[in-house]
Amino acid sequence: MDDFLDKLPQMDLMRSEKMTLVQLIIPVESAHRCVTYLGELGLLQFRDLNADKSPFQRTFANQVKRCGEMSRKLRFFKDQIDKAGLRCSPRHELEPDIELGDLERQLADHEHEVLEMNSNSEKLRQTYNELLEFKIVLQKANGFLASSNAHATGDETELHEGTYSNNGFIETSSLLEQEMRPEPLNQSGLRFISGIINKDKLLRFERMLFRATRGNMLFNQTPSDEEIMDPSTSEMVEKIVFVVFFSGEQARTKILKICEAFSANCYPVPEDTTKQRQLTREVLSRLSDLEATLHAGTRHRNDALNAVGYRLTKWITTVRREKAVYDTLNMLNFDVTKKCLVGEGWCPTFAKTQIHEVLQRATFDSNSQVGVIFHVMQAVESPPTYFRTNKLTNAFQEIIDAYGVARYQEANPAVYSVVTYPFLFAVMFGDWGHGLCLLLGALYLLARERKLSSQKLGSFMEMLFGGRYVIFLMALFSIYCGLIYNEFFSVPFHIFGGSAYKCRDTTCSDAYTVGLVKYRDPYPFGVDPSWRGSRSELPYLNSLKMKMSILLGIAQMNLGLILSFFNARFFGSSLDIRYQFIPQMIFLNSLFGYLSLLIIIKWCTGSQADLYHVMIYMFLSPTEELGENELFWGQRPLQILLLLMAFIAVPWMLFPKPFALRKIHMERFQGRTYGVLGTSEVDLDVEPDSARGGHQEEEFNFSEIFVHQLIHSIEFVLGSVSNTASYLRLWALSLAHSELSTVFYEKVLLLAWGYENILIRLIGLVVFAFATAFILLMMETLSAFLHALRLHWVEFMGKFFHGDGYKFKPFSFALISDDDE
Amino acid sequence: MYGFEALTFNIHGGYLEAIVRGHRAGLLTTADYNNLCQCENLDDIKMHLSATKYGSYLQNEPSPLHTTTIVEKCTLKLVDDYKHMLCQATEPMSTFLEYIRYGHMIDNVVLIVTGTLHERDVQELIEKCHPLGMFDSIATLAVAQNMRELYRLVLVDTPLAPYFSECLTSEDLDDMNIEIMRNTLYKAYLEDFYKFCQKLGGATAEIMSDLLAFEADRRAVNITINSIGTELTREDRKKLYSNFGLLYPYGHEELAICEDIDQVRGVMEKYPPYQAIFSKMSYGESQMLDKAFYEEEVRRLCLAFEQQFHYGVFFAYMRLREQEIRNLMWISECVAQNQKSRIHDSVVYMF
Repeated sequence: MDDFLDKLPQMDLMRSEKMTLVQLIIPVESAHRCVTYLGELGLLQFRDLNADKSPFQRTFANQVKRCGEMSRKLRFFKDQIDKAGLRCSPRHELEPDIELGDLERQLADHEHEVLEMNSNSEKLRQTYNELLEFKIVLQKANGFLASSNAHATGDETELHEGTYSNNGFIETSSLLEQEMRPEPLNQSGLRFISGIINKDKLLRFERMLFRATRGNMLFNQTPSDEEIMDPSTSEMVEKIVFVVFFSGEQARTKILKICEAFSANCYPVPEDTTKQRQLTREVLSRLSDLEATLHAGTRHRNDALNAVGYRLTKWITTVRREKAVYDTLNMLNFDVTKKCLVGEGWCPTFAKTQIHEVLQRATFDSNSQVGVIFHVMQAVESPPTYFRTNKLTNAFQEIIDAYGVARYQEANPAVYSVVTYPFLFAVMFGDWGHGLCLLLGALYLLARERKLSSQKLGSFMEMLFGGRYVIFLMALFSIYCGLIYNEFFSVPFHIFGGSAYKCRDTTCSDAYTVGLVKYRDPYPFGVDPSWRGSRSELPYLNSLKMKMSILLGIAQMNLGLILSFFNARFFGSSLDIRYQFIPQMIFLNSLFGYLSLLIIIKWCTGSQADLYHVMIYMFLSPTEELGENELFWGQRPLQILLLLMAFIAVPWMLFPKPFALRKIHMERFQGRTYGVLGTSEVDLDVEPDSARGGHQEEEFNFSEIFVHQLIHSIEFVLGSVSNTASYLRLWALSLAHSELSTVFYEKVLLLAWGYENILIRLIGLVVFAFATAFILLMMETLSAFLHALRLHWVEFMGKFFHGDGYKFKPFSFALISDDDE
Repeated sequence: MYGFEALTFNIHGGYLEAIVRGHRAGLLTTADYNNLCQCENLDDIKMHLSATKYGSYLQNEPSPLHTTTIVEKCTLKLVDDYKHMLCQATEPMSTFLEYIRYGHMIDNVVLIVTGTLHERDVQELIEKCHPLGMFDSIATLAVAQNMRELYRLVLVDTPLAPYFSECLTSEDLDDMNIEIMRNTLYKAYLEDFYKFCQKLGGATAEIMSDLLAFEADRRAVNITINSIGTELTREDRKKLYSNFGLLYPYGHEELAICEDIDQVRGVMEKYPPYQAIFSKMSYGESQMLDKAFYEEEVRRLCLAFEQQFHYGVFFAYMRLREQEIRNLMWISECVAQNQKSRIHDSVVYMF
């Protein structure tokens, strides 16, 4: 037996990469280059040796700060470019890699330049806005002032019916007062302030004015036709021109204060028309001047931004890389001599030569006198888990990792999932019509793989795209299962020749009540199309799918148990094999393995035996004669034997292991009253934060281990029943799927087709199409996907998978450039 | 909510309570403060804060930082949190949240009015206002000449209007009047808030009455200490005390006649919860009083999080955040002025 097992291939695929803890001792002068090269290689995960230091106390905190500052500047440029609406495609020309110091200087220059131009153009913009507002006020206020001049000539009734007539209460009150004291107002008191205000502040402004002057004022407003840019937000805002008439000096100061508070800009408008015209002309000419200047300024600024924009993406990546390099350097420790940096990290064993080469290249390139010392260290803590995946297996690995990252070198369920996952999905989603639709979708994603992978997708699309190969395989398998079920949107097809059944007579009237006669060999592949719609369709399919589900389930659970065996063998724990794997195997297979055997025998012999009865009475009265339910000779003694084995298996998996563990522990510490002393020479060697340090002797707690084993055993015993039952979801979902598609086909499409009316047919077709697309293709896919997920996570992986490892996260530029800040 | 909060609270308040507890988890811890105290300059502080919830608010600040920028940005975060919660809140929680800002509103009103009295520029004053206490027509406050005008012009539209009923005089504004106005407003505000919380009932009333009572008592003590040696009469002084809290009513009688700090101390030591605060100080000292009160407040605010299904956590969170910003301001100032030895004088640790 052992020979056979030893001859088995190594199962490299199933295990994560062998990892090695390595130590690097890098001279300071070549440290930066080394880390950069390692980042390009991306196969070394550094351990943080300074975890107790806060970020600004680390060695390269200054450089990290500088990088942060630079990336801030770059963000500023990006923001500016976006605001200016420029579109700079990065020029792919070969520019030499830029030094960090140079880049810093360049960035500072550019920032200074842009800031200065911004402040200039802001100033210009402000003057421009003011002039523009002045112009608008001049134009609009004219209307009010013309009538106010008319008022000066003393024609109050005209005034009343004219301009102010729509001004409700305010106007009448002020008119009343004017009537009371008409004369002095015109000469001495009636003044006005004109200005412009944001539209959304207008109402409050008016109310405030009213309150402040106790109603002794006249408020006129008119919308400005042009929108004015708000310099702070650079958005166009609507503004309203107003003219307030009032009397008295006190009111004037109050109104001016209110204007200021509401940030309403006031502009003096001369009452004299000739002066007004003159002013307008002046303003207009200055406006056109300013416009030209502004234009030139914007162009100049855009040029400057463009110059930055071309190199922006490159700079951003450079800075990001530099920051990552310094962050990594911060994880390194200084040597005692302060001339070397000491780093520790995990790398896959296969990558050691590559890393070595890279380090040599770095030493050479940086003209360092001393090479980098690179050596392997003994590790105490568990190494990270690293699976090399490709486009196809990556998605499956992700599905497994979502449950838990595999323990280092533990059997990886993802390998089997590549096939079992889509297959279990397809058992639930068996319909080759729907499968074809899914396939088309998957093929679309695959065909546009290159394009889609380069662009940013929405979260939903991203999920679909990430799982494109999963969907592809699911589609293929569901076409296969659909062919076995003979389902195509619930329409049976005669693909593999004619049916094995025919009607009893030519009219075929009793086909659905009495049944058909079999007249030739069985249908060669899958379910005979004639079953569709017959009386025994459901009993037949249910029996088939239920049994099939149990067979698949038992097979998968056995696979899980066998993997636990290989795990135990790999980690050299014979205890687990003897007291866990073997009794579990016996328990599962003596009960449910036997059931599977019965199912197969029943299928092969075509026996009429009732398997429920057999299984139930195997427990209730194992000694009783089976009678007509006997499937093979010697079934009764075999059942008794299996039952006994199952009963023995339970205490077998419960008791021996904790006691054996205790025995081992006692033997190891026999006669020792004191704890283990660390040998002094080892202690000297150990650096404080090294992975080699810290041997903590675990306290042996028997009751805890026993309780753990108890839980484990109970879980397995109960679980083997409930997990087997859980696999019946394969049958249930498949049934639900086929019934739903039957309903949509028969009760919607065929019903609508029964009418002559083209409109009803069309509606029927549309409803059918939507139901198929949304309910069957999307919701059912999702639910079948989730059930397959559960079957893998709980029923399959629960048998062997620990999932308490941690992922290998190498320091790699390829990984950091992806994540956007 | 009458004892059955657990049944119904989560219908409207569950989401926000989760949010606020999440925010609380983001408050700086003692370890953070220890790290911050070791900073050499403001950039170090920025770097350390970039690992906390303030990170995204500070990351776009150009490098020579100023204390004001740090405080401003941190306050901005508080305001953003607050606004987020406010727009998710339904009645009566939204009213409760609104109440939290009224205190800042009062402070802002007083700030603007005082500023105008001393002929400062309004825009400059507005920049100094706490953003939580901003309201629409705040800039117009500068127009008013006396309290009546102040009320009639501006404050009648704000939620502060009802609190003004007690301080409507036609007297011109001067420093003394303004200070009295602030305290009268505060008194009315606290009483109103207290009443509102009592109306809400349940755990909210229980916890908030404790917190507000502490606030009222602290104000009473502060008013007393600040008014020693001024021309404020005993009767006037007594009018400024809020009509609830542990000191009400007998403590108020005694506080009103205090003439020096030691008398205040004598009064306060009769009340066990405050005994501890005063016992920390030596006689005649009042500088450390603020810190002692803040520490006691923080302790009480943290306790508010021990209970579930009440609104007190929102009040507590806002207050704790404000305390944290005060801490940050102090630390930044100390670091900027190279007075690192004094950092511990005023920082109140929370967790």
